Amino acid sequence: MYDFLTGPGLWLSIGICLTGLCVRGVLYVKGLNWQLDRVAYTAHPKAGMKGALRSIFFWVLPFGTRSWRAQPLMTVLFFVFHIGAVGVPLFLSAHNMVLQEKLGFSFVSINQTAADIMSWGVIISAVFLTLRRMVLPEVRILTTTYDYLVLFLSAAPFLTGLICRYEIGNYSFFLIVHIILGEILLIAIPFTKLSHILLFFLSRAQLGMDFGIKRGGMKGKGLAW
Amino acid sequence: MPEGTLCNKSPIQTDETLKTLLSDTGGKQYYDEMKSLEVDIPLLWTTIQKTCKSRIRTWLKICAHCGMCADSCFLYRINDQDPKQVPAYKIQSTLGEIIRKKGKVDNAFMHMAMETAWAKCTCCNRCGLYCPHGIDMGIMFGYLRGLLYQQGFVPWELKIGAGMHRVYQAQMDVTDEDFVETFIWMAEEYEEDYPGLKVPVDKVGADIMYTVNAREVKHYPEDLAEAAILFHLAGENWTITSRGWEQTSLAMFAGDWEACKIQVESVYEAMERLKPKRMVGTECGHAHRATVVEGPYWAGRKDGLPPAESIHYVEWLAEALRTGKLKIDPKKRIKEPVTLQDSCNYVRNHGLKEITREIMSYIVEPGYFIDMSPNREHNYCCGGGGGFNGIGLYREQRNKALLTKRDQILNTGAKLVLAPCHNCWDAIRDLEEEYRIGIRWSFLKPLLIDMLEIPEHLKAQE
Repeated sequence: MYDFLTGPGLWLSIGICLTGLCVRGVLYVKGLNWQLDRVAYTAHPKAGMKGALRSIFFWVLPFGTRSWRAQPLMTVLFFVFHIGAVGVPLFLSAHNMVLQEKLGFSFVSINQTAADIMSWGVIISAVFLTLRRMVLPEVRILTTTYDYLVLFLSAAPFLTGLICRYEIGNYSFFLIVHIILGEILLIAIPFTKLSHILLFFLSRAQLGMDFGIKRGGMKGKGLAW
Repeated sequence: MPEGTLCNKSPIQTDETLKTLLSDTGGKQYYDEMKSLEVDIPLLWTTIQKTCKSRIRTWLKICAHCGMCADSCFLYRINDQDPKQVPAYKIQSTLGEIIRKKGKVDNAFMHMAMETAWAKCTCCNRCGLYCPHGIDMGIMFGYLRGLLYQQGFVPWELKIGAGMHRVYQAQMDVTDEDFVETFIWMAEEYEEDYPGLKVPVDKVGADIMYTVNAREVKHYPEDLAEAAILFHLAGENWTITSRGWEQTSLAMFAGDWEACKIQVESVYEAMERLKPKRMVGTECGHAHRATVVEGPYWAGRKDGLPPAESIHYVEWLAEALRTGKLKIDPKKRIKEPVTLQDSCNYVRNHGLKEITREIMSYIVEPGYFIDMSPNREHNYCCGGGGGFNGIGLYREQRNKALLTKRDQILNTGAKLVLAPCHNCWDAIRDLEEEYRIGIRWSFLKPLLIDMLEIPEHLKAQE
């Protein structure tokens, strides 16, 4: 089981994830239409590029935008969640060992304490993000079962990962569960809202180009995000 | 397919149908007929398939339902933080739902969508600045308005407005002759005070072609005279055009994209014909948005730019003051607390945030200008944008919406509000009438005229 999951299973889930994301990305860009979107995407490449980069840069910077600054608690939850959710899967030394062994390459590894803190960060912020969905009326009205499912799908590998890390209960059982959940997550990425892993950047770039080219980017100092 | 005689899916194409619809006071019969207007589901779904591409579809799909847009919306804030006023909810429950149901929606749904699109969103685009994913719900509401217009679910005044643009290429029944005559007549009224004051018509190759808002011609002709006087005093080589002089677009508020194209092409045709170096538009926000920002796309111009460089009145004014074409008499500068309304349509949506403040630095005595909070691209809508001001059916909601601006103004302590935008000017006038907070409000032109140092050779002989 372990061998299948870390062999063909791993190949397959990473393959589906990356191929799926590529397809999403290509379809997104192909579906942009200068006249329908009313943005002259290609006519002003410099202004477009500047707008796109500014739009991404300020938003990936914690407290980099007025919106982030206006809701500090959400901002902390958001960044703690995302830094862990991206950092741990890629840079955990245990993951890199598997990658090296099975796929023949690996990323830089972070130390165990950092990985622990980041993983706990994901779990704790996921709990608060869930509570936020239940408690705040303006979030509750938007929330659907699908939102909880996506949050659960994202957090579950971290929960099981920590169970393995602290060797609670049957290690080999939880390791298998952890790997299965991780691979389900990878496969789910291109087919669900989790596709925002890529589409966040494309959507931000698009709006950045809109403001950069059409809505004032070529006048004055550019938008203060 | 039951359609009313007044409320139907056909755009207004003739003066006769326009007059018939106008005579239905308040749209009584129109709205009655709307109650039984059927939704053309195949048309709705085909239109969506043809025009709703990856940008909007992705926005609707990746929306994380995080609610961070809630506080960005002044209508959410002013309506006691009603969750149904959260921008993401408003668009998901209308456009999102139409798409999820593949267009299979009924009359009651369309009524709800109409109210949401015109009374719960002014297309100010502020939410777009607060969404981590960069989802601009104002843009989606603009798109939704187009779908609703096509199905005949559009507020009465805006159906008329769009019809005006189709019939008159102006937002009101003002003909080309009316425009030229009124402009010349108004200038003549002031000829004694400003010797040599003339209104050049259809002058080819002028430095400036000036375009207006039709209601200046119909209701505020003083504004035309003021524009002529300021160009005259600045020594500008300017002209008006006898066709294509209307810069506004109620068709944009209505979502009548075909009329938007007709309207803006009339202005571009004037530019091609008169070949001015630049076009200057009047103190209007949505007119600038329609003709300068969005218009090139309706007209199919791939570079996204009008045929001639086109600037807002505040850009021309700032330049004239900066370069000394117009000189302010320091003694006449504003010496009372004064604040400034940032129009969403040319500040948030066209970056002109510093230019109006530059004007303030010339015309207000240091220490008297007080900015509203928030301001610049983060300003709040005046409360009447996107057509909201003009819709009788939603008057109550509009009046409530004015509270945001009222409180922003009150917090500055200023008694004078400068509003270089027709819509904002109207909203601020209405909020004073509704809530009596003791303020005055003004465009820039009338204030400027009283403050200028008039060059010796242009002075009237005693």
